Parts: sequence; C-alpha cells; structure tokens
Amino acid sequence: MAATQEKPAKTRLIAGPGMLLVWLYGVMVVGAVSRSVVQISTQFDQAPLAYSLSAVAGVVYGFITYSLVRGGETARRAAFVCCAAELVGVLTVGTWTLVDPSAFPDATVWSDYGMGYIFIPVLLPLSAMYWLRKARAEQAPAAARG
Amino acid sequence: MLDALTLATGVAALLLAAWCGWAAHRDQPTKDWHFIGMAVVTLLAVIQLIVGIVQLARGEKPEQGTTIFVAYLLGAFACIPAAGFMSLTERSRWGSVTVAAGGVVLAVLEVRLYDIWGG
Repeated sequence: MAATQEKPAKTRLIAGPGMLLVWLYGVMVVGAVSRSVVQISTQFDQAPLAYSLSAVAGVVYGFITYSLVRGGETARRAAFVCCAAELVGVLTVGTWTLVDPSAFPDATVWSDYGMGYIFIPVLLPLSAMYWLRKARAEQAPAAARG
Repeated sequence: MLDALTLATGVAALLLAAWCGWAAHRDQPTKDWHFIGMAVVTLLAVIQLIVGIVQLARGEKPEQGTTIFVAYLLGAFACIPAAGFMSLTERSRWGSVTVAAGGVVLAVLEVRLYDIWGG
C-alpha cells in the first residue's frame, strides 16, 4: 500500500481515539481467533455452533482491525458496515444464549452480550461506529487533519 | 511461585493502568517514565513466562490444559509491549489511554491464568 498523496488525503482512522479502538479490536481478534482455533481443533463436537460463531466473530474483528489500520474512505465504510454487522451479531447471539441456552453447551465470545469479556463486544461496535461517523464528518471540512 | 508472580504481575498491570490513565486524564502522552514502568511490567510477564514453562517442563499440569495455559502466557507477555508501541506512534492522551487499556487487559489475563493453572 503506497502512501499516495491523492487529492482527498486518506482519512487516518487510527489517529487519536482510533488508536484505542485498534488496540481493543486487536485484543478481541487474538482472543476470539485463538479461542476458536483451540476449541474447534480439540473439542468441536461439544458445541459446534458456539465454536463456529466464535470463529466468525474472530474473522469479523480481524477485518475491522485491518480496515481501521488501512484507513481511507472505502475502508471506513467497510469497517462501519462490519461494526453494524458485529453489533447485530452480538445482540442476536446474546439474546439467543439467554432465550435458548441449550443450543450453546459452551460459551461463545458473544454469549450474554459478551459478559465474559467485560461487555467489550457490545460496547466496541457502538464506540467504533461513533468514531467512524465522526471521522467522515471531519474529513469534509478539514481534509488534512493531524 | 507461579501464583505469587501472577498476583504481582496483575497488581503491577493495574498500577500501570492507573498511572497511564492519570496521564490521559491530564491530557499527556506517555513519557519515558511510563515506558520504564511498562518495561518493569513486561519483565514480570517474561519471568512469569519462563517460570510457567519451567513448571511445565517439570511435568506439572495446568488444570485447564497446557495449550490454553501457554497461549495465555504468551498473550500476557505480548500485551504491554504491543500497547507501548502503539502509544509511541500516537503521541497524545489517546496513546496513554491505550496503555491503560493494555494494563487492564493484562490484569484480566492474569486472573484467567490463575484459573487455568488451578489456583
């Protein structure tokens, strides 16, 4: 990826609060991916649905992290969509685990709205979407922001 | 030995989090002293990693599985350096917040390590 100086300077998504978001998303990537790798490779039969969902969550987190680091308008939009999907996922799976616990013999990253991860999974997409919206708002008036 | 180290690392991580949180509150980036603090916490994590591996080599078994134990040891070791490098590229209060978050994450990892080892 060459740092080209195109007309609209590439929106840096990891400036300021974005750095914190990248850090937290990075932690979630490591957490979700390593967790699902271990569980799928050693005990997949116990709770296939739960472990697959953890793996999906890991992939989504990975993509959002990559988009944030990459920056630019396309990445910003892609990250925004993924955050929305992530939020829907957390809410769906969170509700699902409460309504029908028998479908989940073991916990996923998104069980009980991410309670096992101090609710980071539900708070993160909200703050990320807020940040990504703000990044767009600031891009229009001040193209080059430090 | 390992339990004492886990406790020490967890407490040190929380202190680091509080310290960097204070810097963020005062709108300051991380400074040299903060990096020395991070080095101390990372050193504790390195010692923990070594002690943990030695315990495994001696044939002791973590309660919840060796793979998970080693994965958490490595995660605990990498946690603060990663946050530290990110705060180096973000020279504002948000760099401090990132390290503070790293301290909290490490403290959580230490609690999990304690459970995994079977304390």
